[in-house]
Amino acid sequence: MFYREAGQYKTNYIADQAVFPILQDRIGIIAILAIAYLVVPFAASNFTIDSVLVPLLVWSLATIGLNLLTGYTGLLSLGTGGFMGVGAFACYKLTLAFPDANIILLILCSGFFAAAIGAVFGLPSLRIKGFYLAVATLAAQFFLSWCFIRIPWLYDYNISASIEVPTRSVFGIPVTGPTASSGTRYIVVLSIVVLMTWIASNLVRGRFGRMWMAVRDMDIAAELIGIRLYQTKLLAFAVSSFYCGVAGAMMTFLWLGNAESESFSINTSFLVLFMVIIGGLGSLMGSFFGAALIYGLPIVLRFLPGVFGLSVHAATVEHVQFMIVGALIIVFLIAEPNGLARLWQIAKQKLRVWPFPY
Amino acid sequence: MDILYKIFLDPFVQMGAAPDLLVQTLWEGLVAGVLYSLIALGFVLIFKASGVFNFAQGIMVVFAALTLVGLHAHGVPAFLALALTIAVMYGLAFSVERFVLRPLINQPDIILFMATFGLTYFLIGLGELVFGGDPKVMISDQLLLPRGAYEVKMLGGFVQFQKIDIAAAVIAAIMVAGLAIFFQKTRIGRALRAVADSHKAALSVGISLEYIWVIVWFAAGIVALATGIMWGARSNVSFALQIIALKALPVLILGGFTSIPGAIVGGVIIGVGEKFGEFYWGPLLGSGIESWLAYMIALVFLLFRPQGLFGERIIERI
Repeated sequence: MFYREAGQYKTNYIADQAVFPILQDRIGIIAILAIAYLVVPFAASNFTIDSVLVPLLVWSLATIGLNLLTGYTGLLSLGTGGFMGVGAFACYKLTLAFPDANIILLILCSGFFAAAIGAVFGLPSLRIKGFYLAVATLAAQFFLSWCFIRIPWLYDYNISASIEVPTRSVFGIPVTGPTASSGTRYIVVLSIVVLMTWIASNLVRGRFGRMWMAVRDMDIAAELIGIRLYQTKLLAFAVSSFYCGVAGAMMTFLWLGNAESESFSINTSFLVLFMVIIGGLGSLMGSFFGAALIYGLPIVLRFLPGVFGLSVHAATVEHVQFMIVGALIIVFLIAEPNGLARLWQIAKQKLRVWPFPY
Repeated sequence: MDILYKIFLDPFVQMGAAPDLLVQTLWEGLVAGVLYSLIALGFVLIFKASGVFNFAQGIMVVFAALTLVGLHAHGVPAFLALALTIAVMYGLAFSVERFVLRPLINQPDIILFMATFGLTYFLIGLGELVFGGDPKVMISDQLLLPRGAYEVKMLGGFVQFQKIDIAAAVIAAIMVAGLAIFFQKTRIGRALRAVADSHKAALSVGISLEYIWVIVWFAAGIVALATGIMWGARSNVSFALQIIALKALPVLILGGFTSIPGAIVGGVIIGVGEKFGEFYWGPLLGSGIESWLAYMIALVFLLFRPQGLFGERIIERI
């Protein structure tokens, strides 16, 4: 009734190719952005921003990164954690080398280091594919993890083998470090995520995205219609790692405030892969949903016993939480193997034809 | 020049200077390789028959070992506990088939892969809930596993062979032989191979996929139990084993996902390569290279043979 594109005529190509061609979607996204920018920083408590919203946005960006690789190009990667780490450590070294530079710029630049490393570890994808490739990317993960511990230069010879984020300001407002306020960090993270999501949505609709999807659907056929597999796959690795690298840098600089090798372990890689698959392969929208579900689920489960007035032993809660998360993943895959993005599409379709069944 | 010398000459001089140490390293590599092979074997069994990349194999090893130790701790005699654990593994195989695989028939591989992730989480939670998270000692004496070591005098020194390692190698050999006979000679084995070749063709000649899947997951469970006992006897039973199980992955890509001999040979190559690398080249790079060396070895092999050493040739059609 309210959500219907009937009567919205497009009279030029620009309108036809808009990111959100339907008026209601445009209103929706503007409303969401307005709330995110104007209401949330003032309404939400520091705790909500620090431990819910900022992590959510950071994970969403990492998920988008992996989704570009796994969902759009069909290359399974388990090296996400390592690439995020490259971004974080590169950003740290950059802040030390250029103490006066704009930190936001440095965070974005650190993505290029991750992209370079990602492209190198993407080289095997030219020869191998599927699960073989997944295991090959584990090589990247373990090798990078090892580097983060064994190369003291990376963490500036700090005794605790971890990096402490220095305070850096943009236009006189501290953005990183202990003195930065939650609101500032939230706005910076939000802006970067919105910008990069917008770029990604244009990438996947454009020539590169179509090349990636052709490779995903069948790489030999893609090669036959004139797509260069080498460049396409490596580009996918590079772009994906760029996103992951920026996410890693944001995770360290704007969320956690410190980082060590353990933050970028194999578990991080698995977590991001969960988010991609639960959210929906090949969907940017799904990346946000997946990140929200996988990151939010343990938080909800932790608070749930308290809500019902049950007092359960903390260790038991954790074990049961593991079981529930595992079982939910299986149940969810059985119920909707195409992920939350598919549910979103179904909901939209239902809304479109409402009040009629079809 | 110095670095080249250190990489290409020094380690070999060391090997020549202390041949007994060389044999010792080789033996330890072999044993580690056999244990990797056992985990890889579980992966291969399931991948062959159902095309599922079973990430949960590592936790199945832990779970089986924990069940065995836990039952014994509650006063069940060792061999009865062993039988009961086998029964538990059958129950696990049955439930996995009924509640995970059957509803997910015909889904893409990556979805099934994810489902085994879910299974991993579930089993970690269940294992910790029932048996607790602290490391436990494997009941090797009660299971009549030998302990101690043989000291053999050779090459101007002593080489130590742990009895438990020899037992592990023997048990692995027996198990592989048993599996080979089972696959080649029995009715169920033939059905398994038929399913491995083509699900549809197997269905059309009246083989029940569901039944076959229970059988392979059960077989993988038994392999997991054997691995758990052996590995538990060497160190102890803890959830850290699950991480070590990731080491079986390079073994898999080296040997090929579908080849049982590949799992064995790959395991030995990775085990020996890793120990040699760590012992002779490790000091050069700083320690801890064990964590990624195996993957690098596998990666180099893969660049030359994308389907692994013994994998079936990949034929691609439009």
